Amino acid sequence: MAKIIVVTSGKGGVGKTTTSASISTGLAKRGHKTVVIDFDVGLRNLDLIMNCERRVVYDFVNVIQGDATLNQALIKDKRVDTLYILPASQTREKEALTRDGVEKVINELSETFDYIVCDSPAGIEHGAQMALYYADEAVVVTNPEVSSVRDSDRILGILQSKSRRAEMGQDPVKEHLLLTRYNPERVERGEMLSVQDVEEILAIPLLGVIPESQVVLNASNQGLPVILEEQSDAGQAYDDAVARLLGEEREHRFMTAQKKGFFSRMFKGG
Amino acid sequence: MNTTATTSAEQSFQLKSASVSLTALELYYFENAQFEADLRDKISQAPGFFKDIPLIISLDKYQGPDRELDFFKIIGTCRRHNIHVIGVRAANDDQRRLARGASLALLPGGTVKEKPAPAEAPDTAPATTADSAPAPEIASEAAPAKIISQTVRSGQQVYAPEGDLVILAPVQAGAEVLAAGNIHVYGPLRGRALAGIHGAESARIFCQSLEAELVSIAGHYKISEDLQDAGWKSPMQIQLRDDVLVAAPLDRA
Repeated sequence: MAKIIVVTSGKGGVGKTTTSASISTGLAKRGHKTVVIDFDVGLRNLDLIMNCERRVVYDFVNVIQGDATLNQALIKDKRVDTLYILPASQTREKEALTRDGVEKVINELSETFDYIVCDSPAGIEHGAQMALYYADEAVVVTNPEVSSVRDSDRILGILQSKSRRAEMGQDPVKEHLLLTRYNPERVERGEMLSVQDVEEILAIPLLGVIPESQVVLNASNQGLPVILEEQSDAGQAYDDAVARLLGEEREHRFMTAQKKGFFSRMFKGG
Repeated sequence: MNTTATTSAEQSFQLKSASVSLTALELYYFENAQFEADLRDKISQAPGFFKDIPLIISLDKYQGPDRELDFFKIIGTCRRHNIHVIGVRAANDDQRRLARGASLALLPGGTVKEKPAPAEAPDTAPATTADSAPAPEIASEAAPAKIISQTVRSGQQVYAPEGDLVILAPVQAGAEVLAAGNIHVYGPLRGRALAGIHGAESARIFCQSLEAELVSIAGHYKISEDLQDAGWKSPMQIQLRDDVLVAAPLDRA
């Protein structure tokens, strides 16, 4: 049985797709057979970040409607060979995702995969609810600002009441907080909420803190999951997060402002 | 949400909501001689307790045929032992008709409290709705407090239609908690809290950290802006005094 992980947030533009790409790549890199599904029907993005947009023939909705088989729609990643992508349809609407249809696809994927990562669309409507319905675990992506935190709180409420686990009265969906776009300097200046602030408000365990970085944007534009930028802060932070998701204990990093050393201040004018 | 209750001096009475604890007699079958013998036996165990008590007949577990339900005989037998039958919790229409014929009040609900969990509110308090499985023949019932141990998230609503509401976790901004009685929040209260929603003016709100969007007691309310100077982010209680909401620190209560 595969473990189903939804990457969700409520708010848009906080880094769900970036996170889905990196977490699925990270799981696959560790040898777990992983598929990442784009639930954002109509606003397909995951294929761009995974650099497979030119290889999309069939999509998620085609499979649900029986126009294609799963094997026809799944795209094999070129960098990590245990990773597959199920792209969203760009020409349909979110209502094309039916609960039965999604269940059929997830059940079929469960037979062969270890992890199913569901990249949720923004919002709390049908598309987002379909993405989280079958989840065993949820990665709640949050930016350190008030509106993002409130939307995350809202989506946590929906996870606790409208997921399959909630409806069936099973153990609740396991929740993880992933704080993205974190800038310790701006936190020190009081322009951003701190990790402690967000943790205190949302009261769920912290999976990781991804520092704000130009590398993330560059990687996205190149169609590279940022976790593969192994030298970068953001890449390492995602790698830590995947390790923690798998139960490994790792100390949190990138949470404090780098003190500029004497020499760098002297020579770089910092 | 009106802030004042209109009371005119002309009125001969005013209707108030009241909740009382009643004893329910859960009837399995009815045969008058056996009934009276059982009743006498029960009363002999605690004669003081049963003197002049109001009683309701609960028919959820009734297994005999409805035609044997002679409410006049039940009332008469109870009367002889100074017990006053005031109402019936019926399970079907026939029973309701019979009860009405005997001028008894009809009470809603069954022994197992229905879960009035509104949309999206996970009921995490199975203990409060405990099934009275080996039900004693006579059970005393008070409106139990509803206890929630999970964070009440933005967009969720938790409602205690009868008694108090106790929340052992944060109530987040954008969440709403309502109770007929008092509300206790043992985490930060960041959302809206409405106590005494049926008009109980003695209801209060207690919280570990007052950061609420709105607090209301029996329709009188205050919004966040008006609470900033009164113990914001500290342990507070809110009560109604002379139609004015008053917030006071919990440690000086």
